Amino acid sequence: MKYVSENIVLKTENLTIGYQSKKAQTIVASNIDIAIEKGKLITILGKNGIGKSTLLRTISKVQEPLNGSVFINKKNIKNYTNKELSSALSLVLTERLPESQITVFELVALGRQPYTNWIDKLSDLDLEKIYWAIEQTEIQHLKEKFFYELSDGQLQRVLIARALAQDTDIIILDEPTAHLDLHHTIKIFSLLKKLVDETSKTILMSSHEVNLCIQFANEIILFTDDKVHIGTPDQLIKQDAFDDLFPKDIVKFNRKLQQFIINKK
Amino acid sequence: MKKKNYTKHFILLSVFLVVLFFMNISLGSVSIPLHEIFNFLTGNSTSKESWDIILFNFRIPKAITAILVGSGLSISGLLMQTLFRNPLAGPFVLGISSGASLGVALLILGSSVFGGFFLTSSVSNWSLPIASSLGAFLVLSAVIIAANKVRNTMSILIIGLMFGSLTSAVISVLAYFSEAAQIQQYLFWSFGSLGNLSWNEISVFIFIYIFGLSATLTIIKPLNSFLLGENYAKSLGINIKKSRIIILLITSLLTGVITAFSGPIAFVGLAVPHIARMFFTTSNHKILIPATAIIGAIILLICDAIAQLPTSEFTLPINAITSLFGAPVVIWLLMRKKKIFV
Repeated sequence: MKYVSENIVLKTENLTIGYQSKKAQTIVASNIDIAIEKGKLITILGKNGIGKSTLLRTISKVQEPLNGSVFINKKNIKNYTNKELSSALSLVLTERLPESQITVFELVALGRQPYTNWIDKLSDLDLEKIYWAIEQTEIQHLKEKFFYELSDGQLQRVLIARALAQDTDIIILDEPTAHLDLHHTIKIFSLLKKLVDETSKTILMSSHEVNLCIQFANEIILFTDDKVHIGTPDQLIKQDAFDDLFPKDIVKFNRKLQQFIINKK
Repeated sequence: MKKKNYTKHFILLSVFLVVLFFMNISLGSVSIPLHEIFNFLTGNSTSKESWDIILFNFRIPKAITAILVGSGLSISGLLMQTLFRNPLAGPFVLGISSGASLGVALLILGSSVFGGFFLTSSVSNWSLPIASSLGAFLVLSAVIIAANKVRNTMSILIIGLMFGSLTSAVISVLAYFSEAAQIQQYLFWSFGSLGNLSWNEISVFIFIYIFGLSATLTIIKPLNSFLLGENYAKSLGINIKKSRIIILLITSLLTGVITAFSGPIAFVGLAVPHIARMFFTTSNHKILIPATAIIGAIILLICDAIAQLPTSEFTLPINAITSLFGAPVVIWLLMRKKKIFV
């Protein structure tokens, strides 16, 4: 892998992730060294509970690394305040939003909070960014709806619009297609791909859609039991890295078809 | 951009508030005509000297108190519902009313239990508010210290409820050993009252109220970000811990001063934010804060007018009226709307 170091927006060094309680440390994964360039769609693959969300939470400073460091634009995230981080990195989470009567427009506009004044007044620039985000995600027709009226697929687009309005170099999404059917899943993948191609934003997302990740992602971070692989889909296929993704007795990766197939008994 | 316009709503409510203010002053055991009240408020005298005294010493202070209490409790309730993202939260979930009750119970009931340690005979105008503020402050400090140690916001809610149970247990024990007359005195305090405030007390009240209200306006941004949940709020650059403490302090200041002067007035703080959300169909705090303030004031003015039982000598306890009048209203609203929001 060759990196043009100028273009690296997100980098981890010797990173160990996991949970720290008073007495014990639970290490989820260690020795993670990744360097991510501008304008790339990166997906994180791995079976349930292997540490995809822990990695995303560590990178977005929700929890601290057990060891090693995370750098965003060459600055250690330890040295970012919440406020500074909010204009460098935005989130799309899996958690349900609390029930409230906010409209799609208001929800997207909340993405501008890092830039608005004390009473949250939207400037012309704020409005411009909000409309741009709404247009990119094609949700113009939903603008005046309450967010609880939306379908899961629509809501996901609205949440992506909110992250876009936040105008950050990096967008992190935790399983954005978790509740979606195939059609809407593909729509989200192509939207994200279009965004990295057109805006030079870096998008990092966790997913279970192996086949779609191979087709859409620029690079894949692959969690297996003993190692965290990183590389382009082709590189990982050549290294046979997908073979270790799941226990082999149920599904097996077919190199030629570039997808998993079920072992029929 | 098609933006919802709330100006009409606000004009309507403000007119209603002014009308109710005059109605409230005019009604009572002695009915005073509206044009006389208008005369009085523009600096002239009414045609009877007794009316002047009634207006200046009783009716106007009471109406102002009703407005302060109604809007203050409603804003506190809104803050608590947003912070805890729980539609059942109200201004008293932090244990403020129980703390205040404990202070007053110790003052009134404690005298017989501890045998003249507190002198009931010297209960002056200020000793009740002071006792209840001290009690509220004590319990609240305990809750805030605990709140700083726990990460989860929901735990604060439960800690507040636990302190509430603790204090009511202490009050029960005190009451068990007290004499009937003192229990009755305590009971009267717990009914709540909007009257009997001097202009001195009202000016202290207004000062703290305005301070609390202005502080509320500075936290509109964190409040709105809380609508997405704490993780999103943090990712938007909001300092969760700091905002949480500011919200708790504002609520305790407003509720504390209200309970000190008027007793634990139930229901308003829980119900009014819901009424405001239904009327304005928004969760945006820029709209909701003024809306709850005005609707809260309106509702308490209505309740107070009912409590005075026009043309009779009796005054019913305000605490009973707020629930008697308010509960059916909220039930009716809920049955029409079906969906409830934070």
